Amino acid sequence: MNLDRSTVERIAHLARLAVAEEDVPRYVRDLSRILDLVERMNAVDTRDVEPMAHPLDIPQRLRPDEVTEPDRREGLLALAPQAEAGHFLVPKVID
Amino acid sequence: MHTKTIAELSALLHEGAVGAEELARALLERIQRLDGDLNAFITVTAEEALAQAREADRRLRSGEATPLTGIPIAHKDIFCTRGVRTSCGSRMLEPFVAPYDATVVERLAAAGAVSLGKTNMDEFAMGSSNETSHYGPTRNPWDPERVPGGSSGGSAAAVAARLVPGATGTDTGGSIRQPAALTGITGLKPTYGRVSRWGMVAFASSLDQAGPMARTAEDCALLLEAMAGFDPRDSTCVDRPVPDYRAGLAGEGDLKGLRIGVPREWMEEGLDGAVRACVERALQVYRDLGAEVREVRLPNAHLAVPVYYVLAPAEASSNLARYDGVRYGHRCQDPKDLTDLYKRSRAEGFGPEVKRRIMIGTYVLSAGYYDAYYLKAQQVRRLISQDFRRAFEEVDLLAGPTSPTTAFRLGEKLDDPVTMYLSDIYTIAVNLAGLPGLSHPAGFVNGLPVGLQLVGDHFEEARLLEAAHRFQQATDWHRRIPEGYQ
Repeated sequence: MNLDRSTVERIAHLARLAVAEEDVPRYVRDLSRILDLVERMNAVDTRDVEPMAHPLDIPQRLRPDEVTEPDRREGLLALAPQAEAGHFLVPKVID
Repeated sequence: MHTKTIAELSALLHEGAVGAEELARALLERIQRLDGDLNAFITVTAEEALAQAREADRRLRSGEATPLTGIPIAHKDIFCTRGVRTSCGSRMLEPFVAPYDATVVERLAAAGAVSLGKTNMDEFAMGSSNETSHYGPTRNPWDPERVPGGSSGGSAAAVAARLVPGATGTDTGGSIRQPAALTGITGLKPTYGRVSRWGMVAFASSLDQAGPMARTAEDCALLLEAMAGFDPRDSTCVDRPVPDYRAGLAGEGDLKGLRIGVPREWMEEGLDGAVRACVERALQVYRDLGAEVREVRLPNAHLAVPVYYVLAPAEASSNLARYDGVRYGHRCQDPKDLTDLYKRSRAEGFGPEVKRRIMIGTYVLSAGYYDAYYLKAQQVRRLISQDFRRAFEEVDLLAGPTSPTTAFRLGEKLDDPVTMYLSDIYTIAVNLAGLPGLSHPAGFVNGLPVGLQLVGDHFEEARLLEAAHRFQQATDWHRRIPEGYQ
């Protein structure tokens, strides 16, 4: 299964990963090989087979909509590369 | 002291024959002396360990101790440990100091275990050799030119080298069992939902599970008892009582009445001949213990690896989207705009294997490809799961090789990602079906350990541990120590 350069570039953009020009061929090669492996799935007929998302086939547990988390804002902001006045700082988004 | 099991150390600590602080110091000294070559640890937490050990000694004296009180352990660097760097083997989390303890960490600490540090791992748990770590590869104590397996390679090497008697690992496609096999120790991946994933950095949320790694099944039972159980903070954690895992291990016993199935698909081509012979000898030990060993079929076994390499990368691409350079972790210098911030922080923070998997995951989830890949993989997942269901109608446990080969050389499988992926050929299906699986030492080939994998039905960890324990009472592979680590 051969991916082309433009597909690799499009996926890289969706994944928000910067890919250097010179690395694109390597990705084309590696991703194509992985997709060749994955193609083997098509050998089996899965019409009428229910997709399985959870290995034990049980639904997600729900809980009452009540606050259970303590306020840890200061501690969590301290982890940020750049934070100020209770906010995370990023390059300007809106002109 | 370093050659004693957790069970043996526990008895000595409770008798007062050794103190927890003395034991921690001895192993910290050993780590300092020997880990330079091995690189099993990313962070050693000596001060914290000694403080925990002193507290353990206090509890042992006052009679408030549990079987794990004072036992030194290590945590795979995927578990959040409050106040201690938690790197996941990645540059992306190099600056990250966890603000809280994972449930697994909390529970083992509450039981009195003494954590000596955080072990090395394949980056974000993606790998089968411990070679994708940003902090350098870990070496196999049995041969420093060879890999210990992955992604819990650091924990495996630390236990095999007798730096700690037990450690935590995680397993998404084989990452506890395969390194256990390659380093000659015992490792258990519990049933999906048996152990809380809260505070355990997510790779693939429908596959990940935390588990114990130690030299014996009995030691794994001790660790699992503390680790397992319902946690309301993990919405996939199952609310089911934790049995006494040591109950079935008492005294001498045999395995009469146990039916073991060996899937033909796990003994076919691709399996090294000498490893096969070793596994067959191990199966004879099970027969000698009274178990009935017969062949079973898992007709969709050959689809496990392809299915996994759709589902796991897809889930990873979603889970790793949080690493954006904004709230924690690595951020690139001088970003020109927000998109540049995201793209360069992520390109710099993640290694090549992680990026490959994020790309594959993004592709299979993207518009136009979702049905052909992701949905199809989920359908085949159900077929694989049904194969196990049918097998468990005829037998109690499945058995086979954990890995198709013994430990391979560093660098040997790095050229083509698919070659590496095929190391997990026997372990992956077990995660897809959410079943519990264990690997225990079963012999050696050319001086390198071979592991036997046992797989049980959902929540049958006690049965796995009992079978492995009886095997270990009849053999001594698990007592062998690598040269230089005696």
